[in-house]
Amino acid sequence: MRFTHEFRDGKLGRALADELPALVEAGRTYKLMEVCGGHTHTIYRYGIEALLPDGVELVHGPGCPVCVLPMGRVDDGIAIARQPDVILTCFGDMMRVPGSHGSLQEARSLGADVRMVYSPLDALRIARENPDREVVFFALGFETTAPSTALTLMRARRDGIRNFSCLCNHVLIEPPLRALLDAPGLQIDGFIGPGHVATVIGAQAFAFVPGEYRRPIVVSGFEPLDVLQSIRMLLAQLAAHRCEVENQYRRVVSWEGNPSAQAAMAEVFSPRASFEWRGLGSIADSALRISDAYAELDAENRFSVPGAQLADPRECQCGEVLAGEIKPWECRVFGTACTPEHAIGACMVSPEGACAAYYSYGRHRPVAETV
Amino acid sequence: MSTETRRQRVAEIVQTARSKRARMRDERITMAHGAGGRSSQALIEGLVLPALENERLGQLADAGALAVGDAALAVTTDSFVVRPLRFAGGSIGELAVNGTVNDLAVCGARALALTLSMVLEEGLPTEALRAEVEAVARTAAQAHVEVIAGDTKVVEHGHADGMYLCTTGIGQVDPRAALSPDGLRAGDRVLVSGPVGAHGMAIMLARGEFELQAPIASDTASLWPAARALLDAAGGDVHCMRDATRGGVASALNELARASGVAVLLREADVPVEPAVAAAAELLGIDPLYVASEGRLVAFVAPGCAQEALAALRAVPGCGHAADVGEVRDEPPGMVLVDTGFGGERVLDLLAGDPLPRIC
Repeated sequence: MRFTHEFRDGKLGRALADELPALVEAGRTYKLMEVCGGHTHTIYRYGIEALLPDGVELVHGPGCPVCVLPMGRVDDGIAIARQPDVILTCFGDMMRVPGSHGSLQEARSLGADVRMVYSPLDALRIARENPDREVVFFALGFETTAPSTALTLMRARRDGIRNFSCLCNHVLIEPPLRALLDAPGLQIDGFIGPGHVATVIGAQAFAFVPGEYRRPIVVSGFEPLDVLQSIRMLLAQLAAHRCEVENQYRRVVSWEGNPSAQAAMAEVFSPRASFEWRGLGSIADSALRISDAYAELDAENRFSVPGAQLADPRECQCGEVLAGEIKPWECRVFGTACTPEHAIGACMVSPEGACAAYYSYGRHRPVAETV
Repeated sequence: MSTETRRQRVAEIVQTARSKRARMRDERITMAHGAGGRSSQALIEGLVLPALENERLGQLADAGALAVGDAALAVTTDSFVVRPLRFAGGSIGELAVNGTVNDLAVCGARALALTLSMVLEEGLPTEALRAEVEAVARTAAQAHVEVIAGDTKVVEHGHADGMYLCTTGIGQVDPRAALSPDGLRAGDRVLVSGPVGAHGMAIMLARGEFELQAPIASDTASLWPAARALLDAAGGDVHCMRDATRGGVASALNELARASGVAVLLREADVPVEPAVAAAAELLGIDPLYVASEGRLVAFVAPGCAQEALAALRAVPGCGHAADVGEVRDEPPGMVLVDTGFGGERVLDLLAGDPLPRIC
């Protein structure tokens, strides 16, 4: 496959890794946070940690949209799915996220019509094909997926599809990053920036990280060579006492982002005053709701939902994992009470969740043969 | 305790928990219990085996062994619930024959006879049924096996996706075969009989749920020629074979590593995958190692005759791209590790839930 396999070349990877030790000061620790769950997945899938010099540590950030979704919103989705004549559509990994009483997958086994889709346009197609049913799309994701939801709602209005609506859980990347950066005792030396989000909002959207918080950030692609090169760029900035936004993912990401995607979002969404993040609590202006102009397509107007704010299960330490305070394996229920097939916390559900990625790919570490 | 030691201890605790017989903790059956991953394992080990416990079933081989007088026989059964009934490269009738013939073949047994049960949905066009019965006849003739008994049931409209088929097969075990799921030994080479994942991907595309078209046809085929070629070349040095159906190569390797108490090290880059299958899997965010084949097997062969076995396999029609993809080790027991060709090794686990796409 062209344009992917080139970026998975093991030889190039090892050559790149060989350049890292020269950028690292002996005895110093470097904590680099990969913001996006897609990077977490790549890091474990390809065993990238094993290529890093001593002292360089990767910390997993809050950029897995499934992982940060609070339980109350899962319950809202289930409440809608259980109403008669409703088809609830969602992305695949949403199906297994635990709410307070089971997941959407379990609701389906009890008779709710819950269907997995790859795109909101598939949900719209299901609405067209089932005019006597209410079809609801459970929208979630950062700025990466928000434009496709926006375009789908615009098309639903244009085509006069009245049995379609959207339960909007879209969130924004900047507020949780600021929340992390504002936290006392922050120990992150630099950030691997989310490439997919940056495709939409542009690399410029991360200028506040070096500008206000004096931390370097490198917007990165998702193949293993992309991630390794981004780590190298971060270490080079730190070695040279530079602190700026750099764009490793130039084959896809521009400085300004995608103006038509931004325009679609601006038309269809408005900011929410605040939104609850699993593990991080309520964050002001951190999420999107459907704007008043599109109110008739908002499932929150069409259905009554519990709308409860629920605390995470007491034994769950997803919050500390999402904030980079502990590693997945340091959670007290990791791999014993909490496993991918019986997840207590959402980080164990999505393949991009740090716990699921570590459990599935990383929990075995061969006795150190690497130099 | 150092961080690394603590991390190792956690890994050990997790591994100990997983090596125990799986418990069925779910209150209801979900689609995950049929997906061939960890939920299926919990259903079988935690609910079915405790009730039906016996030594032959407990082996969890693809077929059960049965000795009648001097004859060594193997018996297996399989249900087919595929939707849609027809797809590029095959149909439910072909699967129903090949699936059962293959479960016998990987136990070293040549199919002698099949039974066929049909559960038909009210409203099914007669022509569709005729086409599948003819597909059964044609595929059985190709495999040199006859259907010698059968059953028919009809259920109300809406209770089956057109038709479900169930076949039972009885086979004669080749006297050279010494195969068993716990037969893997350190040093064994791991062979696959050709490119993997085509069947599962053909079905996913045939469902039309993704706006994706690709020239991918199911790989459904009888595995007896491949199994016989391996026995011809290596006899008792073939320690185990398994067809890589539901859950793909990854699940087959995991089940066998667990049963044998050994580790399997897979070289990911050497596993053959057709380019179209690899591309579709990439787009859908699915690892082809988890995608089903219906005409591919993995074989574990003693190192001394692995090369000969591979050459014999490649001479079988349809197996020209057979490959040596890895080896068996002692440590860590019960685990499948992948050489990523990059930073070292990672775990290749049983799947949790249905194969789920990544969303961004």
